[in-house]
Amino acid sequence: MSSNEQQEVKNLTRRKVLTAATGVVGAAGATFLAVPFVSSWQPSEKAKAAGAPVEADLSQLQPGQMLTISWRGKPVWIVKRTPRMLELLPSINADLRDPMSEASDQPAYCQNEYRSTREEILVVIGVCTHLGCAPLYRPAENSADMAEGWKGGFFCPCHGSTYDLAGRVFQGVPAPKNLEVPPYRYLSDSVIRVGEDPEEGVA
Amino acid sequence: MQSQENKPQNSLLAWIDARYPLVSTWNLHVGQYYAPKNFNFWYFFGSLALLVLVNQILTGVWLTMSFKPSAAEAFNSVEYIMRDVEWGWLIRYLHSTGASAFFIVIYLHMMRGLLYGSYKNPRELIWLIGMLLFLVLMAEAFMGYLLPWGQMSFWGAQVIISLFGAIPVIGPDLAVWIRGDFVISDATLNRFFALHVIALPLVLIILVFMHIVALHQVGSNNPDGVEIKKYKNDQGLPIDGIPFHPYYSVKDLFGTSVFLFFFAMVVFYMPEGGGYFLEKPNFEPANPLKTPDHIAPVWYFTPFYAVLRAVPDKLLGVVAMGAAIAVLFTLPWLDRCKVKSIRYRGASYKVLLAMLVVSFVVLGWLGTQPATPELTKLARIFTATYFLFFIILPFTSVSERTKPVPERVS
Repeated sequence: MSSNEQQEVKNLTRRKVLTAATGVVGAAGATFLAVPFVSSWQPSEKAKAAGAPVEADLSQLQPGQMLTISWRGKPVWIVKRTPRMLELLPSINADLRDPMSEASDQPAYCQNEYRSTREEILVVIGVCTHLGCAPLYRPAENSADMAEGWKGGFFCPCHGSTYDLAGRVFQGVPAPKNLEVPPYRYLSDSVIRVGEDPEEGVA
Repeated sequence: MQSQENKPQNSLLAWIDARYPLVSTWNLHVGQYYAPKNFNFWYFFGSLALLVLVNQILTGVWLTMSFKPSAAEAFNSVEYIMRDVEWGWLIRYLHSTGASAFFIVIYLHMMRGLLYGSYKNPRELIWLIGMLLFLVLMAEAFMGYLLPWGQMSFWGAQVIISLFGAIPVIGPDLAVWIRGDFVISDATLNRFFALHVIALPLVLIILVFMHIVALHQVGSNNPDGVEIKKYKNDQGLPIDGIPFHPYYSVKDLFGTSVFLFFFAMVVFYMPEGGGYFLEKPNFEPANPLKTPDHIAPVWYFTPFYAVLRAVPDKLLGVVAMGAAIAVLFTLPWLDRCKVKSIRYRGASYKVLLAMLVVSFVVLGWLGTQPATPELTKLARIFTATYFLFFIILPFTSVSERTKPVPERVS
């Protein structure tokens, strides 16, 4: 090997080492550089701040009627259930995926038979737990467009998930959980505030 | 003759060619790109896809001049384009019809690959790049569909983004990250606009370039599935090949005319495509509190959407839908038959391919329908037969009773 060739090999090795070292440092730098780009996709401060509680007056709500209000950009349903509706609820437990709401999301004070603080008033977020559509209200027993033996509830038009009138999901549908119950409290007999837990001893 | 073509006589061309490989690039990809002489009807769709891409870019750039990417203004700005902007209606209909035309052309282009084994050795990479193109095209179409901010835009996006929420552990945070908010909002619309008009089109163009470079490296397949490079004349040119220009450029010109005839018919006489190209609920502004009674994605997503709905489990449904697309990537390795063209393949492949096509079309129809119990049952059956193609193929293709393949194109 001539000295020229030796020199060339040496030069090449030196450049390989330099390239590798720069590559490693550069990759670490690129990872840090990615942080602002990735993070800028997160909800902005403005989006995070928009989540104030909302109030609704229930004095005009008739038995069987549903009221939709918007909380954090999502529909919140308030349903005044009739005695007949409440009576039917326990009878369908066997057909439900999570009748006791053990694997579903709700405040502790709503994890009960009717999933509510007041028996007749149901408050749930109207967002299907499958892929986020707003299900349709089908309160009537044997509703014409529902399967036979329908006892009233909600039907998601997107992928056919069904819920009962306590927002509990049926078996054999794609939705995995019961409809989520938001935190809420009553300010008076007829005024409800959604987005805020009840104070101790009020509820 | 040969040597003259490589040396431009025109002095301007010579000046450029000394500084830029103009003539040699032209010859490599057009003037002296030898394609098999037996291309048929199925070979129109590659060039048509390119035509539609140009249409989408041209009309798309013009649409951005009047569109407002904000939740408050998007819907109205589309109406403004339709009513007040000079020729705005035409530019928008060219773009919206172009989206559907893109998928029609691409699905037929992929079908050609399945018929003549164009994904097989040595063209696996062309198929893989093509599948990536298909994936990016779906993302591009999906994001574009949110922009008019109609009811179907909003709820379609809600469902698709929620798909990511089904991924265990990181899912919910991932969905929030994609939306940039806890619900679909102005932030989502604005970033989808950026991705739809800049990022994804750039990726599309680069992938199209690579798709063509890979194709021209190995040469085109043909309806007989034989390699024309095997038999060359004394000048080293394939005997069964003809130069792309002027032979196939003229043929494609004819294909383009026929295509434009039908395309213009839709644009001018049925721009809504019977409710399939532009869906009825999208003529209503987005309402985050109310899902339309019947929602369905645009027709080109419905086969995969039907697979999603067929599975009665959130995560598994998403996995099945993803798998229905992902499995297509592996086709070059699932199909182990050496014979390429369906003309010389055994009955088993013909039956399987027919099953796949029927499943895909029926699933596509089911995806447009409401999810009744009967139809869901049907969707389960055809989801099964769709996947059955890919499960059975590796076994039957090994010992397929093929016909003798001719040495040269017939």
